[in-house]
Amino acid sequence: MSIDAPAKVIPQARLITTKPRVSDQIFRGIVTAFSFSALIILALIAAFLLLKGFSTLKEQGLGFITNFEWSVTTDDAGKEIADFGLQAMLIGTVVISFIALILAVPLAVLTALFLTFYAPERVKKVLVTIVDLMAAFPSILYGLWGLFILMPMAVYWAELLHKWLGWIPLFDVPQPIFTRSPFIAGLVLAVMIIPIITSVSREVFAQTPLDRVQAAYALGATKWGVIKAVVLPFGANGVVGGAMLGLGRAFGETVAVYFVLNIVFRTNFEILFTQGGNVASMIVLKFGEAGPTEVGALMASGLILFLLTLIVNFIANAVVNRTVKSGR
Amino acid sequence: MSTTEVKPTRPWAASPKDRALTASSVLLSVAITVGIVLGTPMKGKLAYFFVFLLTWLIVDSLYVVRKFGAKGVRDGLAAKITLYGAVMVSMAVFSILWATVSEGVAGLNLAFVTENMRNASFFDPIGKGGVLHAIIGTLELILISIIIAVPMGILTALYLTEIKGKAAGLIQFLVQAMSGVPSVVAGLFIYAAIILNTPLRPSAFLGGLALSILMIPTVTRTAQEVLNLVPSDLREAGLAMGATQWKTVALVVLPAARSGLITATILGVARIAGETAPLLFTVGVFDGYNFNPFVGGTGTLPTVIWAGLGAGTPEAAQRAWSAILILLIVVLIMFVLARTVGSRQFKKK
Amino acid sequence: MEIQTNTEKNGTQMSEQNRTTPSSLSDVAAKRAEAKVAGTTPLGTGLEARGVHAWFSKHHALSDVSLDFSAGTVTALIGPSGCGKSTFIRTLNRMHEFIPNTSMAGQVLLDGKDIYEPGIDVTKIRLQIGMVFQKPNPFPSMTIGENVLSGLKLAQLKVSNQEELLEECLVRAGLWNEVKDRLGAHAGGLSGGQQQRLCIARALAVKPKVLLMDEPCSALDPGSTLRIEETISQLSKSMTIVIVTHNMQQAARVSDYTAFFLSDGGPGQMIEVGPTNEIFSRPRDERTENYVTGRFG
Repeated sequence: MSIDAPAKVIPQARLITTKPRVSDQIFRGIVTAFSFSALIILALIAAFLLLKGFSTLKEQGLGFITNFEWSVTTDDAGKEIADFGLQAMLIGTVVISFIALILAVPLAVLTALFLTFYAPERVKKVLVTIVDLMAAFPSILYGLWGLFILMPMAVYWAELLHKWLGWIPLFDVPQPIFTRSPFIAGLVLAVMIIPIITSVSREVFAQTPLDRVQAAYALGATKWGVIKAVVLPFGANGVVGGAMLGLGRAFGETVAVYFVLNIVFRTNFEILFTQGGNVASMIVLKFGEAGPTEVGALMASGLILFLLTLIVNFIANAVVNRTVKSGR
Repeated sequence: MSTTEVKPTRPWAASPKDRALTASSVLLSVAITVGIVLGTPMKGKLAYFFVFLLTWLIVDSLYVVRKFGAKGVRDGLAAKITLYGAVMVSMAVFSILWATVSEGVAGLNLAFVTENMRNASFFDPIGKGGVLHAIIGTLELILISIIIAVPMGILTALYLTEIKGKAAGLIQFLVQAMSGVPSVVAGLFIYAAIILNTPLRPSAFLGGLALSILMIPTVTRTAQEVLNLVPSDLREAGLAMGATQWKTVALVVLPAARSGLITATILGVARIAGETAPLLFTVGVFDGYNFNPFVGGTGTLPTVIWAGLGAGTPEAAQRAWSAILILLIVVLIMFVLARTVGSRQFKKK
Repeated sequence: MEIQTNTEKNGTQMSEQNRTTPSSLSDVAAKRAEAKVAGTTPLGTGLEARGVHAWFSKHHALSDVSLDFSAGTVTALIGPSGCGKSTFIRTLNRMHEFIPNTSMAGQVLLDGKDIYEPGIDVTKIRLQIGMVFQKPNPFPSMTIGENVLSGLKLAQLKVSNQEELLEECLVRAGLWNEVKDRLGAHAGGLSGGQQQRLCIARALAVKPKVLLMDEPCSALDPGSTLRIEETISQLSKSMTIVIVTHNMQQAARVSDYTAFFLSDGGPGQMIEVGPTNEIFSRPRDERTENYVTGRFG
């Protein structure tokens, strides 16, 4: 005789609720409100810059980004004629930031590799302190150092570069004036962004899965063989993320660039020549003597810079969060 | 079964023979370098440096290739080139530190740190006028920024670690976005929002507002890290005793993370202490002492340096170096404090 | 503890349903000793450990282990957890030194030459003494084919016919039929057992004289385990194999010799070594007998 067991009924999960005490409701309310401050501040920044820059943007239209002229003149009738075009400065921003990246990424990755795989314990501690210290230096210090200390050496290097590689258009110059050039600005920016790229690279290199590293060693690989076959493929994304964070920082750098770059409103790809600019330092340069119209244009420039760095940092953080923090 | 003590050894470590070989390869490279540089039109420390780098790579590879082959050479090159990278980065840092100290020390005297510039101008020789007003101004700014940014930063961090509401992902993203705001934009924003719209004129208070925008993300990020380190057992213990969440946070979590939160503050201060660009729009200049943060411009170390460089004379440049030496000392103190306080927090746990 | 062992060895069906006793294990081992195909090619003098000690910082983890692994044999290292078997096997291919602050003493001789001699090229040693790990670890950024040949690339070895070597290694590892059509696929798509066989093929590509296996089947299902054990038997004709295992039946199935390790709270020591069927039927040391009869461990 078989008895069918009654079918088991699994009850529905109970909905558990709790009514927080009033003090907690207030607490949560305050905390939540204040943490939305980030959102509010960012929104306000965009809003006010847009507000003050609106007339300029409306008048110049898309030309604001694509034109090259920047001038405010009054014609004979006393009316103001304003031409605001950021393109030279936008291009300049990209040029010096990329020079900085090209110099900084190899040095930062090498330093990160050295710290993770080669440095003896005591050397590592000292070097990590040095790199952290670099990150703490104020940008005006980099400006001063760049102007007074680095400049003479960099001018010499530029002369050498021009002498041996001047046939490449990049290294050609209309006149042999090598001071305060995009090249030097790129050098200074490179030193400024090395710490952040090194930090992120170190983090990702240290997370290389041990079993893959051991597998490579067990196959008779040298340390470099392991780095090439396992560490670098694993860490490539993280390094890219770190490089983008550095790029974002370089885009927005103001004071250091202001000191070591001769700001001229002309696109200049001849990086050894004393002509260049970036949006941030241009804003500071023009602000002192700007009339109301020009201030509006500077606000609009600030807005463009804000959006640009926001986008770069957004992508950079997405890459870094995905690869470094989650430990792919 | 032998009972004699066996000594642990490390046969893979560098033997004295290995060290001697390395030393000899370095010396040989130095000799060759000197020979090359003297024998060619190259000149200067730079020539010696780069020729040595190349020569050592080649010499040491020759040492290695016989026994370890091509892959040994590659391995050796990698080891050296990473070392070169680290050395070059270190050299840049030391250059900056050395320049600041050696240039700045010359202008330091008692007057420099005890007077202001009311009765002196940038063109006066050193000894007349000082930057005390700027030091005070910078301290005012730091204080105002702390008052505004630290509570906001900690509250935001609390939302992310304690409340973990639905907006946590958004807030996290926004904080990261905020940390990328260029300093000039922060200054421009305060100018646009407040100076152009209200009767308020440049003052330390507005400078503090601008700096807070830059400081909040740093404080939030560090505070979040240290709050996450507080073991959840502590929170559970508090809640299990019937305490409300806010009491648990206030009386259990925050005290447990206290030194970490202090670190977060210090790191935030280090972030903004040397910022110049925002101040150019929001603080104005003033040569004397101004203890009222709400009215009137004030001198600050970064703006004094800025103005000094703008003046262009050697005396002004000297003042700039000395002022930045002081600023660097401030930043270094913050840096060392952050490390000692921070490490104490982790040692205790 | 009920154990059902169903092994087919030379047509003999064996199923035990009682406690694992030394006699049943020794039956298995004895069958294996019978089944072992004679005619090993001369493979040099094999691997020998003499008085090996190992330390982790100040902690003395392994004390005075001397073992002689004859060429063409399979030796199993058994013993409870934490008694130093893995540490010992890592001293055999100089992987122990990767852990920071470790040290060792003693000698490990490959064909009569000490692999710890100062100034030796350790990467060449590791080409001759290969290792397969507990958790399969193929390189995820490489395809199946690239994985097998990765050892050659890392060692910069030139081989005249790579496809031939690739097929040979995969055949010897027992994986060829399953992957021959997808050598270009990524290694991550394979099952655990397949990945482990891929790791074996990878280790074989550099033609090692010795293959060390650190619990290679403990993360795998019984089907894969059996296939790998077959591979081990085949491989032992042309190389020396040392396998760490927690599974005594496995030791009985695959090994010619077994060494028993034990730590009594101090450093791990090798208590006893001998032909496998003897260790399981007539162990000389009481502690060995206690372990193989399942009284502890």
